[in-house]
Amino acid sequence: MTNHLPKVDVVLVGFGWTGAIYAEKLTAAGMEVLALERGPWRDTPKDFATTFAQDELRYYWRHGMFQETSQSTVTFRNNGAQTALPMRHWGSFLPGNGVGGSGVHWNGQTYRFLPSDFVAKSHNAERYGPLPEDMTIQDYGVTYEELEPHFDYFEKICGICGTAGNLRGDIQKGGNPFEGPRSDEYPNPPMEMTFSQDRFEAAAREMGLNPFPVPSANMSRAYVNPLGLQLAPCTYCGFCEKYGCGNYAKSSPQTTIIPVLMQRPNFTLRTDSEVLSVEKSADGTRATGVTYVDTSGERFFQPAEVVVLCAYPLENTRLMLLSEIGTPYDPQTGEGVVGKNYCYQVMSGATVFFDEEYTNGFVGAGALGMAVDEYNGDNFDHSGLGFIGGGYIACYTTNARPIESHPVPDGVPGWGSEWKQSVRANFLKTTTVGVHGASMAHRSNYLDLDPTYTDRHGRPLLRMTYDFTLNDRRLTAHITPVAEEIARGMGGREVNVAERKGSYDSMPYQTTHNTGGTIMGNDPQTSVCNRYCQSWDLHNLFVAGAGLFPQNAGYNPTGTVAALAYWTVAAIIDQYMADPGSLVQA
Amino acid sequence: MSFPTRRKILKSLLLGGSAMAAPSAVFGALYGRGEGMPWEPMKGQPPYYGTQEDNFFTAEERATTAVICARLIPSDEDGPGATEADVISFLDRQMAGFYGRGQHWYMEGPFAEGTATQGYQSEHPPAQLYRYALAELDNYCRDRHDAAFAGLSEAQQDEILKGMDEEEITFEGVSAKAFFDLILKNTIEGYFADPIYGGNRDMVAWQYVRFPGTRYDYRDFVKHNGARIDLPPVSLMGRPGWNSLE
Ligand SMILES: Cc1cc2nc3c(=O)[nH]c(=O)nc-3n(C[C@H](O)[C@H](O)[C@H](O)COP(=O)(O)OP(=O)(O)OC[C@H]3O[C@@H](n4cnc5c(N)ncnc54)[C@H](O)[C@@H]3O)c2cc1C
Repeated sequence: MTNHLPKVDVVLVGFGWTGAIYAEKLTAAGMEVLALERGPWRDTPKDFATTFAQDELRYYWRHGMFQETSQSTVTFRNNGAQTALPMRHWGSFLPGNGVGGSGVHWNGQTYRFLPSDFVAKSHNAERYGPLPEDMTIQDYGVTYEELEPHFDYFEKICGICGTAGNLRGDIQKGGNPFEGPRSDEYPNPPMEMTFSQDRFEAAAREMGLNPFPVPSANMSRAYVNPLGLQLAPCTYCGFCEKYGCGNYAKSSPQTTIIPVLMQRPNFTLRTDSEVLSVEKSADGTRATGVTYVDTSGERFFQPAEVVVLCAYPLENTRLMLLSEIGTPYDPQTGEGVVGKNYCYQVMSGATVFFDEEYTNGFVGAGALGMAVDEYNGDNFDHSGLGFIGGGYIACYTTNARPIESHPVPDGVPGWGSEWKQSVRANFLKTTTVGVHGASMAHRSNYLDLDPTYTDRHGRPLLRMTYDFTLNDRRLTAHITPVAEEIARGMGGREVNVAERKGSYDSMPYQTTHNTGGTIMGNDPQTSVCNRYCQSWDLHNLFVAGAGLFPQNAGYNPTGTVAALAYWTVAAIIDQYMADPGSLVQA
Repeated sequence: MSFPTRRKILKSLLLGGSAMAAPSAVFGALYGRGEGMPWEPMKGQPPYYGTQEDNFFTAEERATTAVICARLIPSDEDGPGATEADVISFLDRQMAGFYGRGQHWYMEGPFAEGTATQGYQSEHPPAQLYRYALAELDNYCRDRHDAAFAGLSEAQQDEILKGMDEEEITFEGVSAKAFFDLILKNTIEGYFADPIYGGNRDMVAWQYVRFPGTRYDYRDFVKHNGARIDLPPVSLMGRPGWNSLE
């Protein structure tokens, strides 16, 4: 039996980064907002206290704060000829769960995509001629210029630490000269760098590149954000990604938004409540609300004027498929849209082993790094290269957590005395120059519902069909040698290169940057949402998150995810409320 | 449209949420409604770490597993191995707990072998995989060498582990490679995890590689400029000396 609850103005499905952003803006505009979050409440004193937050086994290896696969997982295969099998435990990516979502345990590397990333299709086609037919990339429908105020606002909410590279068109020394024009400086100066970044910076300069500090959500000093919430200076504790921050020093929904939201009478949060589907009106033009189940197994229908999917790309896509909203993508015909253009990230790197010097990786922070952008996006000429896109190259010092980070040089066996001694000898003496590569959409990479495996409620799991593409392989083959050259200039004893070869492997951790599935665009035939992240099918359904990206750029996603959320919420408040209906005529 | 329900809902919410919960008790917890952050004392979430009493292995399994761990991370003149770190106690507790039971893992069928890129696909949760694989390992050794694994020479043991790692040795009922990968991963976990979990005893592994542990503040060392930093490790339970009377 399903219980009917009283109607609210807006129901948010999921309460991580995007849920918190929507809730704050919508309640400030006077709307009655209910957030439904499948996981538990989490806050700093209770869940990330400095007396136990730095527990490697618990939080990374036993997945202390991630979604449990026993509740729901993803099935995976490299291509359509294989049978997808469930990811029995997580590996290559780590979906968040509970209040704050992945915003609790992210690293805080907070980039803006390049202006050309938002028009990837038209820009590249214009510059290089027709793109391969199976490369199904497209323009976002929204431009960098339109998103700029929203990037700026998110950076102020988070107190991002960095050096501007392009201030209203003027190139700034020490910043990223390739970034789009910014309306303002970063609110905080960059973090203090350590030895590895100093070496990287010198080596990159030697090559004529322009190194800049990675924009960081780990605080370089105490900061009060526009909502009046205070962040503390980062202590370089080395437990950032995969951990909650006990020092209030990492921007997260908990530190930058939630305490203010909890003061507002028109905001309600219900935890331990998993949304099962979005319900539609009889004529199929509107969402009427959502059905959710709580931990007792009881089901509820929550009516709402507006529904927003804030449940991370994988679950947003699955909810749309389960709710039969929009046409599912069919890789055979190339028709349909939901589940289309699943993209990821193409990572590679070069590890430097030092003899005399210590890199002391335990003195680290999630977004402590220097980067160069010469090989990202369309910052370089791709003529004759056979691929488009690129990636940033960076040297981060995030940790020396020993279960995760104990690199040994090539040729050392994986266990036994020789391995052990090599781990000891190199433990505090390595650093990596990494390539954070873009991932262009391909016709055969997509998400749909699995025909065999179901979750604990008996509903199909999401099936992921994904492998690296020719574009990915050429991209990584072109840029990895640049990372290697920088690494060789850093003065170590030895450099080992980890190229991106072979098929995508779902197990070793890479990044939690899953994109696509609910992509945005200008045409309902090729996208799920319009340029306001509004469903083409149900005008009162909006979608948040990196699932909107038609393809992934060579950066971490959250800066752009947040800017899109602020852009959409402004459209809801300024346009949609006055005249509910489709904001774009198809 | 002006969202006419707003005022009404607001009022009902201010009555303490009873209207929202109307039909029957709602299990999900409610927050917000202007009530601020829900702080309560004694609500911190300590870890599940297992206790001395928690164990899964039979005496024989425990002995064999300890020998495997000692080959994976040997004790030598360079420093402590799995034995000094008491990795076996870590494993015993882990296997007796939620991890060993695969309680948080997706363990629904059908089961298939899968490709190398599809990860763990055993139908057995970790503890059961250990149990079956240890039995098969001893059978394998008895068949070929007239002794159980623990009774072989170190060179023979290494040879067999290498064969499992490189998929030259296979078992009948379970995958020898899946077991090898799992026990290697778990042994490294036990060697390097915080000592609260029973391994890395007295922080021997942290001292050996010179990881300072859970100190949580290195601001004074950011400008180390490549110099060695000497800091004795601290675990979640502190460190020896902190609670002695001297
Ligand atoms: C280890 C790690 C490191 C990262 N580092 C970086 C970084 O350095 N830089 C960067 O840019 N990005 C990083 N990210 C990615 C970043 O965390 C995400 O981009 C961001 O959190 C996405 O916001 P979101 O709101 O879409 O999803 P989330 O923040 O994950 O929130 C989604 C929420 O929805 C809930 N939910 C899901 N399904 C349901 C349902 N059916 N019903 C109810 N609730 C549901 C989830 O429990 C979760 O709380 C990292 C991620 C991880 C995991």
